[in-house]
Parts: sequence; C-alpha cells; structure tokens
Amino acid sequence: MTMFDDPAVWLPFAFAAMMGLSILIYVVLDGFDLGVGILFPFADDDEKDRMIASIGPFWDANETWLVLAVGILLVAFPAAHGAILTALYLPVTIMLIGLILRGVAFEFRAKAPKPYKRLWNNAFFAGSLMTALSQGFMLGMYVMGLDWTWAHAAFGLLTAVFLTVGYSFIGATWVIHKTDEYLQRKAVDWAKGGIWGLVLGIAAISLATPFVSERIFDKWFNWPQALYLSPLPILSAILVIWLWSMLRRMPYPGDRGSWHPFAAATALWVMAFGGMAYSFYPYVVPEKLTLYEAASAPESLFIILIGTCIVLPTILGYTILSYTIFRGKATELRYD
Amino acid sequence: MDTLILSRIQFGANISFHILFPTITIALGWVLLFFKLRFNATGDDRWMEAYRFWVKVFALSFAMGVVSGITMSFQFGTNWPGFMETVGNIAGPLLAYEVMTAFFLEAVFLGIMLFGASRVPNWLHTLATFLVAFGTMMSAFWIIVLNSWMHTPQGFEMREGVAHATDWFAIIFNPSMPYRFFHMVLASFLTVSFLIAGVSAFRWLIGGRTAGVRVALKTAIYGAALLIPAQILLGDMHGLNTLEHQPQKVAAMEGNWETQSNVPLLLFAIPDDAARENRFEIGIPNLASIILKHSADGVVPGLNDFVTDEGEVLHPRVAPVFWSFRVMVGIGMLMLLVSWGASAMMLRQWRGVEGLPKPMLYALVGMSFSGWLATLAGWYTTEIGRQPWLVQGVLTTKQAVADVPAPMVLTTLIAYLIVYAILLGAYVTVIFFLARRASIGAPLGTSEPRGKHAAPKAVPAE
Ligand code: HDD
Ligand code: HEM
Ligand code: HEM
Repeated sequence: MTMFDDPAVWLPFAFAAMMGLSILIYVVLDGFDLGVGILFPFADDDEKDRMIASIGPFWDANETWLVLAVGILLVAFPAAHGAILTALYLPVTIMLIGLILRGVAFEFRAKAPKPYKRLWNNAFFAGSLMTALSQGFMLGMYVMGLDWTWAHAAFGLLTAVFLTVGYSFIGATWVIHKTDEYLQRKAVDWAKGGIWGLVLGIAAISLATPFVSERIFDKWFNWPQALYLSPLPILSAILVIWLWSMLRRMPYPGDRGSWHPFAAATALWVMAFGGMAYSFYPYVVPEKLTLYEAASAPESLFIILIGTCIVLPTILGYTILSYTIFRGKATELRYD
Repeated sequence: MDTLILSRIQFGANISFHILFPTITIALGWVLLFFKLRFNATGDDRWMEAYRFWVKVFALSFAMGVVSGITMSFQFGTNWPGFMETVGNIAGPLLAYEVMTAFFLEAVFLGIMLFGASRVPNWLHTLATFLVAFGTMMSAFWIIVLNSWMHTPQGFEMREGVAHATDWFAIIFNPSMPYRFFHMVLASFLTVSFLIAGVSAFRWLIGGRTAGVRVALKTAIYGAALLIPAQILLGDMHGLNTLEHQPQKVAAMEGNWETQSNVPLLLFAIPDDAARENRFEIGIPNLASIILKHSADGVVPGLNDFVTDEGEVLHPRVAPVFWSFRVMVGIGMLMLLVSWGASAMMLRQWRGVEGLPKPMLYALVGMSFSGWLATLAGWYTTEIGRQPWLVQGVLTTKQAVADVPAPMVLTTLIAYLIVYAILLGAYVTVIFFLARRASIGAPLGTSEPRGKHAAPKAVPAE
C-alpha cells in the first residue's frame, strides 16, 4: 500500500471509506427509527403517535443513506455489487418488502379511515422487524463470506436477532431523548432490556470474525498488530458500563443529559463498525474480492469524486439544519 | 419460465409500480409551490385550502415513490449484474449524481416542507417547497439521462468488453435525452392535472363546493388544456427522433413489416410475430408515411430489415409495442377532447366551474388516473421496443441477467405483486377517502380522545 499516489489505489480506497461512512451513518440513523418501529407493540395508542412524531421528519432522509451506500457499492465496485446482491437475493427481497411496508405505513396510518389505523400500525411494526431481521441476517452471512451453508445460515439467524435487539436499543435511547414523563420512563426500561442484544451481538461477531480466515486471525492475535485493535474492546466495555449506570438512574432531574444514552449507543456502533472494517480490509467480498480488484475505472470514479466533494458537505449541512429545526421533545406533527 | 423472462417481468413490475408515484410527485411539487406562491401574493385562503389538501396526496405519493425507488436501486444488483459490469462506468456516475443532487435534497427538505410550517419562517418554508419540487425534477433528469443513453448510447468506447466514458457531455446530452425528458415531464404534469381535476370533480359532485375545490378544478382543467397540444407535438418529435436512431422500434410501433412507401396509419391490427404479418388491418392510407416522412410516398423502414441472414431477430416483439403505443396515443386524444371540452364549457359566458354539466364532471372523475395509463403505455412502448437490446447495440438483455434460480425469482415476484396490489388499492382508496372527508367538512387532523398519561398531544402526520 505504498502506492497511494496511484489513482487506481487511492480512488477505490476513498470510495470504500465513503461507503463505510454511509453504512455507518445509515445503521445509526435508520437504526434508531427502525428501532422505534420494533418497539411499537410495547406502546399504547397515544404513545405510538408520539413515537412516530419523534421520527416523522427524519426517516426518509435516514433511509437515503442506504441508497447512497448501495449506490457507492454499485458505482465504485460493480463486480462486488453483483456478487453480494445476487448471493443475498432472498434476504434483500425481504428487507425491501419490509422497507416498503413501514415507509408507507407512516402515511397510511394517519390518512386511512380510523378502523384501519391498527392495521397500518401492525404493518409499521412488521415492516420494521422484517427490515432489521434481514439486515442482521445479511450481516451474518457477509461476515461468513456469503456462502450458503447451514452453519452460516444459523449464524445469520443469530446475528439477525441480535441486530434487531440492537436497533430496538438505539431506538429506545432516541425515545428517551425525544419524549418525557411516562413514555420516557418506559423507554428507559426498553433500553435496559435491549442493551444485552447489542452486547451479545458485538460479542458474537467478534468471536466469529477471527475464525473466518487466518488473515483476520493474525490481525487480531498477532503481536504487534493486535495492539491496533486493543483500544476497541476496552473503550466498548467502558461505554457499556457507562450506559448501564446511566440507565439505572434515568431520567435525571430537569431532564439533564437525556441525549447521553443515544450518544453512547452511537459511539458503541462506531466501535463495532470500526472493528469490522479494520478486520475485513482490503476485501469487499470477504476473502474473495478486494476493493482494488472490484473497482470501476479511475476516470469514472474521478468524475463522481468531484461531485462528492461538493455535495457531501452540503448534504451534511442541511441534514444538520433539519435536526436543528426539529430539535427538542417530539410534539404534534402537523402540516401547518 | 426461465430466469430471464421472470427477471424481466419482475423488473418491469417494479419499475412500473415505481414510476406511478414519481409521475405524480414531479409535477405536484410545482403545483403545490404555485398554490403557495399564489397564497403568499394574494393572502387568499382558498389557495391555502387547495395546498393543504394536495400536500397530503403529495406526502403519500412521495412515500410510495421512495420505498419503491429503494427497491429499484437494489434491482440492478440482484437481477442485472451484467448491466453494471458492462456499462457501470457510465451508469454509475449518473446514478451517483442522482442520489447526491436529488435524493438527499428531496428527503431532507420534505421533512421541513411537511412539518416545518410552524417552526420556520414562511420564506424558508416556501424555499423548502421549491427545493423539494426541484429535487424531484433533478431525479427525473438524471434517471432519464441514463435511460436515454441506453437507447441512444454515445460518448464512450469499449475496452475489453467494458464501456469506458470518453465524453461526458455527449453522454448526458445524448440524442434522445431532450425529447424523452420533456415528454416525461409533460406526462407528469398531465397526470397530475387529470388527478386534481378528477378528485376535485368528485368533491364537487358530492357537495364539497368550497372555494378551494373551485380553484383546484379550474387550475387543473386549464392546465391540462394548455399542455396536451404541447405533449402531442413533442410526442411526434420524439417519434421522429426514434425513427432516426431506433428504426426497428418505430417499425414495431407502426406494425410495418416491409420497407416501403405509402404506408398506412394502422388504427387496428393484430400483429402476428410467427407469421410475420398483420391480421385484420384497418388503417388510414398513406398517413404513417406522411407523419414520419412528411410525404405520402415517403419510405418507412420495415421489420423484415431487422432479421439477420442467419434468421436472428433483432427487433422487439411487435404486438406489445404496437398496442401500448396505441393506448398512449388514444389516451392522449381523449385528454385533448375532455380538457378542451371542459375548458370551452367553463369559458362559455364565463360561467366557470358552474358551467360544467354532470356528465362532464363524471367524465373527469373517470379520467382521474388516465395519466398513469398513458405513462405506463408510453414506457412499455419505449422499453419493450428496445428489445432484444438492453443498451442499444452494446449489450443484450440476455447477457446481463443474473444467475439466480428461477423459482427464487418467481417467489419474490409473487411477493412483490401481492404487496403492490394491496398498496395500489390502499392508495386510490385513501385519496378518495380524504376527498370525501374534506367534503363533508370533517376536521382534517385525526382527533382522538386523550389517553390518561399522554403528555403534549402528538398528532401524527395528517
Ligand atoms: C400522459 C402521458 C402521455 C401522453 C398523453 C402521451 N405520451 Fe408519449 N410517452 C409518455 C407519456 C405520454 C411517456 C411515458 O412519458 C414516454 C415513455 C418514455 C418517454 O420519454 O415518454 C412516452 C413515449 C413516447 C414515444 C416513444 C419514444 C421512444 O422511446 O422511442 C413516442 C413516439 C411518443 N411517446 C409519442 C406520443 C404521441 C404521438 C402522443 C400523442 C398523443 C403521446 N406520446 C402522448
Ligand atoms: C429511466 C429509467 C429506466 C431504466 C434505467 C430502465 C432500465 C431497464 C432495464 C435494466 C430493463 C431490464 C431489461 C429487460 O427486462 O428487458 C428494463 C426493462 C423494462 N422496463 Fe425499463 N427502465 C427505466 C424506466 C422504465 C419505466 C419508467 C418503465 C415503465 C413504466 C419501464 C418499463 C420496463 C419494462 C416493461 C421492461 C421489460 C421489457 C421486456 O422485458 O420486454 N422502464 N428497463
Ligand atoms: C431503474 C431506475 C430507477 C431507480 C434505480 C430509481 C431509484 C429511486 C430511489 C432509490 C428513489 C428514492 C429516493 C429517496 O430515498 O428519496 C427514487 C425516487 C424517485 N424517482 Fe426513481 N428510480 C428509477 C426510475 C425512475 C424513473 C423512470 C423516474 C422518472 C422519470 C424516477 C423519478 C424519481 C423521482 C422524481 C423520485 C423522487 C420522488 C418520489 O419519491 O416520488 N425514477 N428513485
């Protein structure tokens, strides 16, 4: 990797970094609104409205990060795009149908005749659940190298459950931040119930990853490479302990620090993601295709890069604008 | 059925479902901006009334467009990996620019447009409305650039079986792009005009005769009457452009088998691909030659020119192209008739909406979704007419298909179709439900009894 002045090297790397960033932003942002959907059955009707209000202005933009991530995969690594998505044909379909159901349920639950509202609430829950489960399953299959064997599928089912509980956890921390009183206390309980899913999920993937290949095993356990990775588990453990001690005492008087759990959960996500990215680099399809082999022609990547440098900061800018406009506790969502 | 045909049906079903909603949002965004600007300028509440009703339809359509669009972005990978592997260097940047310049813009400002009215200054709200409308237009632009490039590719060279871009200007402004883009944009405005006219006529008929309904109905009918001649003219120009670049498609549209002069315009025929001839032809003599070559003895290319000496057929199946073209043009003529008829009735003695008799109102209700039909028919003409090519002259559909087992494609296809059927039913029902509720004067928000421990009341997006 000493050839970083060669565009055939640094361009794919830059795009891999951008894709990683979009996936990360996606799992945090859509993670919390999917989580809110997964928690739906635990809430009563008024609380459901309030929970929807807490994500209403954001969910669409959150989902767009998925489109961007898939877009970069498609654009920058066409060969990997085909290989990954055809291997995951079935879970992708389930995820897409889930996304369709929950996306339209936002609108229909409020606009359809009253008797149908419960139906669309259920669709919102079912869609969120399908999406989370299939994403977790794909994560597991991906880690295992995208081969369909019974053992891999079983591991995929395990990660499906963990990711779902993990999403519901980050969803609960979002609800803690965006609501108050009774619902907030309820959300604290949800978060306490959900944190184990996150911990077990991270643990399961961490245990499995080094055994996927000798190369990763070396990265993890061979001195001095292991040193690079060591801050991750330590920091993660600290974060979990901090979260737990916070959740035991929340809500604090005057609603102090209601955003801390969400921030801590985000930090945990970042750690887990960083660990994975570090392990799998430089492969896009684990152990089969490196990002340098899968990359598009440099001249095409360059055209996109120019645009990205201008557009990405703008996007971040108006995303922040939107979160600022809709800051504070979730209240009525209306069109006027 | 094999994977290829199933994948084609699946892709066709998904894109057909997707296109329905952008067709509405592309134009409705601008219509909403128009309502809002009229209100800003006049302070007249009827514009706001119209805005408030149609913004709901917009939000609903937008959600449907987004979720079905996400499906589309996965389809290339799951069903057509060969597409990106061969022309990814060109399709990739175009799709990337769509995501970056359009999708985020729409998605972020949609939140502000829908829910921000009470939180941001009015100018920012108007700006958000503009940005959303602009964003949908940008989406349409980039995707149509890509689609048009697939029909009339240029500005690239093939190296080791992979297309490499050599001239981005030529790629973006490829020969069919301007026609296709403007034809699509006008299609979208017509679709929305007839939707607004139909739903407003429905409200008028059931007694919701408010000022807001009146302005919406008028705007929609006059709008349609102005746009339809432009659309017909543009459609004709589009056809001439196609004749130049994809003559086999025009031959299929006309059902013309032999290259010859004095070709009639067929009003009815049953093209038979096996026998390579038409049955039951009814046509107007010489008219196709006149339309396409501007003279009665103009020579029009025929389908038999597109069969190689080895017998390989390089033109599409004729019947679907022939018929979907007739459906589109037929609806276009119907739109002309209805919108001009209604305009004439409204203009007579300046009677406005009162001048519309009941049968005309019913006709308008019946035409509510005519734009959808014409748009789908148009796209079927375009896309099926390109077969067997996926990228004209560069890549055939067969080369691009994924190696996924056919039963898997079939299962997912059935799942999609069920979901789409339900959602389409729900969408149409809810629009008319909203119309009915607005007409009987029910409050537009969902007002429910407050729960025992509900904090500030949260009304979900209306
Ligand atoms: C409200 C919708 C609508 C209406 C009333 C019309 N069209 Fe259209 N037409 C479309 C909506 C559309 C479309 C769906 O938007 C297409 C598909 C691709 C495109 O660019 O536009 C299309 C394609 C399309 C094509 C195919 C070109 C190609 O891909 O090679 C031709 C030749 C025409 N149109 C011509 C006409 C004519 C002569 C019309 C006269 C009545 C007409 N269209 C009315
Ligand atoms: C502008 C973006 C579009 C792109 C990039 C695109 C691309 C494609 C691709 C990749 C295929 C698969 C090849 C095949 O099945 O033959 C296809 C086929 C098809 N598309 Fe499009 N399409 C676009 C717009 C549309 C729209 C808006 C519609 C309909 C409303 C449509 C209708 C179809 C149909 C029906 C087929 C199947 C044709 C056949 O199998 O004979 N397309 N298009
Ligand atoms: C294969 C082709 C296509 C793909 C991959 C695709 C992809 C997408 C995606 C991912 C979205 C959601 C954007 C968001 O998250 O906000 C979307 C929305 C949209 N698409 Fe498509 N699309 C295709 C075809 C078309 C066609 C043919 C048109 C129209 C000419 C179109 C116009 C739009 C518009 C205007 C929107 C935004 C508004 C809305 O959601 O209703 N797309 N598309």
